[in-house]
Amino acid sequence: MQFDQLYQEIILDHYKRPHGRGLRDPFNGSAHQVNPTCGDEIDIRVQLEDGVLADVSYDGAGCSISQASASVLFDLVEGRKVDDAMARFEAFSALVGGRGAAEPDEELLEDGVAFAGVAKYPARVKCALLPWMALKAALVEAAAADGQVVGATDGGTK
Amino acid sequence: MTELLIPSGMPQYADAPRFDVAKVRADFPILDRTINGHPLVYLDSANTSQKPRQVIDALNAHLAEHNANVSRSVHTLGTESTAAYEGARAKVAAFIGAQSADEVVFTKNSTEALNLLAYAFSNATATGGDPRFVLREGDEIVISEMEHHSNIVPWQMLCERTGATLRWFGVTDEGRLDVSNLDELVNERTKLVSIAHMSNTLGTVNSISVIRQRAHQVGALIALDASQSVPHLPVDVTAMDVDFIAFTGHKMLGPTGIGVLWGRSELLHAMPPVLGGGSMIETVTLTKTTYAAPPARFEAGTPPIAEAVALGAAVDYLSALGMDAVQWHEKELTAYALDALCGIEGVRIFGPNVPVGRGGTISFALDGVHPHDVGQILDDLGVEVRVGHHCARPICQRYGVAAMTRASFYIYTTTDEIDAMVRGLEQVKKVFG
Repeated sequence: MQFDQLYQEIILDHYKRPHGRGLRDPFNGSAHQVNPTCGDEIDIRVQLEDGVLADVSYDGAGCSISQASASVLFDLVEGRKVDDAMARFEAFSALVGGRGAAEPDEELLEDGVAFAGVAKYPARVKCALLPWMALKAALVEAAAADGQVVGATDGGTK
Repeated sequence: MTELLIPSGMPQYADAPRFDVAKVRADFPILDRTINGHPLVYLDSANTSQKPRQVIDALNAHLAEHNANVSRSVHTLGTESTAAYEGARAKVAAFIGAQSADEVVFTKNSTEALNLLAYAFSNATATGGDPRFVLREGDEIVISEMEHHSNIVPWQMLCERTGATLRWFGVTDEGRLDVSNLDELVNERTKLVSIAHMSNTLGTVNSISVIRQRAHQVGALIALDASQSVPHLPVDVTAMDVDFIAFTGHKMLGPTGIGVLWGRSELLHAMPPVLGGGSMIETVTLTKTTYAAPPARFEAGTPPIAEAVALGAAVDYLSALGMDAVQWHEKELTAYALDALCGIEGVRIFGPNVPVGRGGTISFALDGVHPHDVGQILDDLGVEVRVGHHCARPICQRYGVAAMTRASFYIYTTTDEIDAMVRGLEQVKKVFG
């Protein structure tokens, strides 16, 4: 079945049993993102301490792709330095936005490589990127509070 | 099985107007396509309909054999093109029971038709035009909670420009328009009521007469967004006695790029123009222009000529089937589909769950599965449905959901296709169960 490429077991697992879900305190950056075409929503909070993402928490409503992506995002960036998190953001963006041309880096993206199939479904790329766009916006806010600089690169998305 | 007998002398089911669906399907080339290895099951006609060969041929033939600009040439091709364009206008007028072809204004689509009306109000307000189109602070425009964004946003924008207030009818849990506060909602301050004839999301067909009566009683105008009704059921603007209707060609077998604003002749004459340019003038000097009579007044620039001609062919096709038969076909499909969907555990239907006072557009939720995921797996099985908020976010919010899955039927839809969707939904439940 073709949809197996999109709905990898890993994605369905993250959707059904999300990691790190639920909004938590404290936080010094937050963002709300909506996908206007389908109404999917995500709220994200980050707590940035000395350039490290001490916590990333989120809540949202949406399709399996957007919600599983948020769960994977939590695994990938929680406890990481901002630069490291941004590198993963860019790698993930390149993977799902690459029309299937990008080679997934499993060491960097871990479960995120399961989203390689999304690249073949242009209508779903936005779903996968929704939590990541929210993360980026929240990080910019948190960085100001933490005295860091975020977003020196353009994030790799068009 | 016992058979229910209708007493002789009463209308029998066999008497209902019908057409040969297999023969209709043979006219639609796209229905031979496969999607992901499965036969195409197209259940998204409320979004845009498929096109029969007759319409495709009319579009091609006009461009290949009669192409010229309209209303400004003495040559043979210009005359042929003008005759075809105006002939299409006459066909459309007859199709909706208009008293004159001059009451049919061609636009790009329903959205443009409704915006044209909104900007006519705006321009009349700015230039001190006919009082029926002049809006002041305290005046009210009434819409409903079940509108498509195209019948919400133009009125919000108009209210922002003029200081008028936007109000709306609510919707009941059953998906019917809540008219219990009609007399309070539509009052002496109301200048316009603009509501959907048929909801693009719930499928509800709204009873117009009581609202029209109240609107006219208080001196307000009434417009219908007929985008979903004109393609699917007999519409007679004279019998309905409304003031304006808007609809679009691409949902009724026609091409994209052609829509209609129908207005009562006397009202169109009272409206100021919206777009200025060629074709809409009577005489022009460098200091002053006088305007042509409707419909030309509202058709500045070269119109979508071939598209209008093809819409005429679409109207011919629907008329040959008979709109009573089209409506009955979809009523039978809707009864079948409602029954089938109600039989699936976890399905919640938004809108009337009986095939009465509604058309063949059914929105639903599958418990625990997001509509995007439903639509993706159905597509994998060749079943094309719409998912999302259907350009009608307020009604989604009314039912507390961000998105819905919608199946919508037309003349070429069969019960086998509804079965294919139901099998697909069982597959969805397996993947996400």
